Amino acid sequence: MSLRTRIAAVAMAAAMAAAAAGCAASTGQNAAASDSGKTLTVFAAASLKAPFTKLATTFEESHPGTKVALSFAGSSDLVTQISQGAPADVFASADTKNMAKLADAGLLDGAAATFATNVLAIAVPPANPASIASFADLARPGVRVVVCAGQVPCGTATAAVEKATGVTLKPVSEESSVTDVLGKVTSGEADAGIVYVTDVKAAGDKVKGIPFAEADKAINTYPIATVGSSKNKELAAAFTALVTGAEGNKVLSDAGFGTP
Amino acid sequence: MRHGYQGVPRWIYVLAAAGALFVLLPLAAIVAKVNWAEFLPLVTSESSLTALGLSLRTSAASTVLCIVLGVPLALVLARGQFRGQRLLRSFVLLPLVLPPVVGGIALLYTFGRQGLLGRSLELAGIQVAFSTTAVVLAQTFVALPFLVVSLEGALRSAGSRYEAVAATLGARPTTVLRRVTLPLVLPGLASGAVLSFARSLGEFGATLTFAGSLQGVTRTLPLEIYLQRETDADAAVALSLLLVAVAVAVVGLSYRRPGAAGGRGPGGAERATRDGAPEPAPERAAP
Repeated sequence: MSLRTRIAAVAMAAAMAAAAAGCAASTGQNAAASDSGKTLTVFAAASLKAPFTKLATTFEESHPGTKVALSFAGSSDLVTQISQGAPADVFASADTKNMAKLADAGLLDGAAATFATNVLAIAVPPANPASIASFADLARPGVRVVVCAGQVPCGTATAAVEKATGVTLKPVSEESSVTDVLGKVTSGEADAGIVYVTDVKAAGDKVKGIPFAEADKAINTYPIATVGSSKNKELAAAFTALVTGAEGNKVLSDAGFGTP
Repeated sequence: MRHGYQGVPRWIYVLAAAGALFVLLPLAAIVAKVNWAEFLPLVTSESSLTALGLSLRTSAASTVLCIVLGVPLALVLARGQFRGQRLLRSFVLLPLVLPPVVGGIALLYTFGRQGLLGRSLELAGIQVAFSTTAVVLAQTFVALPFLVVSLEGALRSAGSRYEAVAATLGARPTTVLRRVTLPLVLPGLASGAVLSFARSLGEFGATLTFAGSLQGVTRTLPLEIYLQRETDADAAVALSLLLVAVAVAVVGLSYRRPGAAGGRGPGGAERATRDGAPEPAPERAAP
């Protein structure tokens, strides 16, 4: 190895180390941080974006010096990330199935607590071009319905409602996330989409929500838990207490969630 | 080319090796993660085969569409002289750098129900949204620049000498195009078409945004992988490997064909000219 190659190798190693350090810092999991500058990392289902953003601000106000880093994605994506060692302190799932995956793998600290429920609703474009008024209307020929695929929680719930009502839908598309379903409705491509009531509420006047009685045949429960590898377990417990407490209940029901 | 001065400092090799590893390591990780005992049943399941079949059919259709639309574009860009030519080139190449999801949104507002053309199409009884046509349109949108770039490069480096000779011998422009120009750039056209096919095969974002996802209609292999990943990681990995294998085969095909030098840049087409690869001799082009 000539001197020059050695210098190059050292330079490369240094560059890699710097890059790695940069990555570690950006995840907000700087272990060397002092007590007053702690960061609590919360992984939450995408549907929780609005209420959890609000609750994070409340938490930062009541815990000066603590920052809450929020990461929103599909529950199954978050489970995959946590299983692969992503640095999360708190995990809030949109269904019990995904939380059970972490519990079964022994990656949780203690048991999960239920903090919210959500039910399905029909979303239609504001003008309601196909004049949808009930779940059965969705099965009329010529109505373009978009649903979630059976592999994701909202699709499982849709299938449960179909089974309970005996109405079989012929969707034009089975999307892999509830936001994609909503997108097809807001853009006017679909006549109707099956989403959660909270999605209808969050979309404002871009869609019209049509609640249906059979929605209670498939109630989704949202559990929250502290991740086993967390280095901030006390803070994580405090955040969970805020979410499951009176304050959390209020913010969540404002967003359209049911509370257990 | 092992003779004499190599001209590459040795430390470059170190960095080049890091670059190669950066690409190869994730591919190796996929191979390592495959559940080989379950591999065959996973990739031959009904939904996987339907998705693969749909992907191959739509990619073939969009490659044809790329040739139909891309060859004239490349000819105009390489041979034509008009105002706004550079601007046109920039816009044609735009899908190369645009995030596919942006392409999907753009297509939605063009061919969608409420889109620019969508309303007229709807009146004519043509529904593009949620149809296999939408998949082909999305794939063509992202794959077209690959064909245009390859072919325009080949056309420029081939030069217009033979065409000029054919024209002086009395060949009309269409005859020159058919008997001189196209045979001359056939390798470039072929590698461009193969690249478009490969890009179509991997198209995901625009399809998801614009076409939706329904088995057998719009759910291509990349969309199937995205969905399987929700519940069955093994299936997603197995299908990913299948797509990697198809992509390697396709790209290998476009770079290894002895005549397909066009894909290697301007030099290739020049060599084809020197070797006498263009079969149309000027006298044969004469009417």
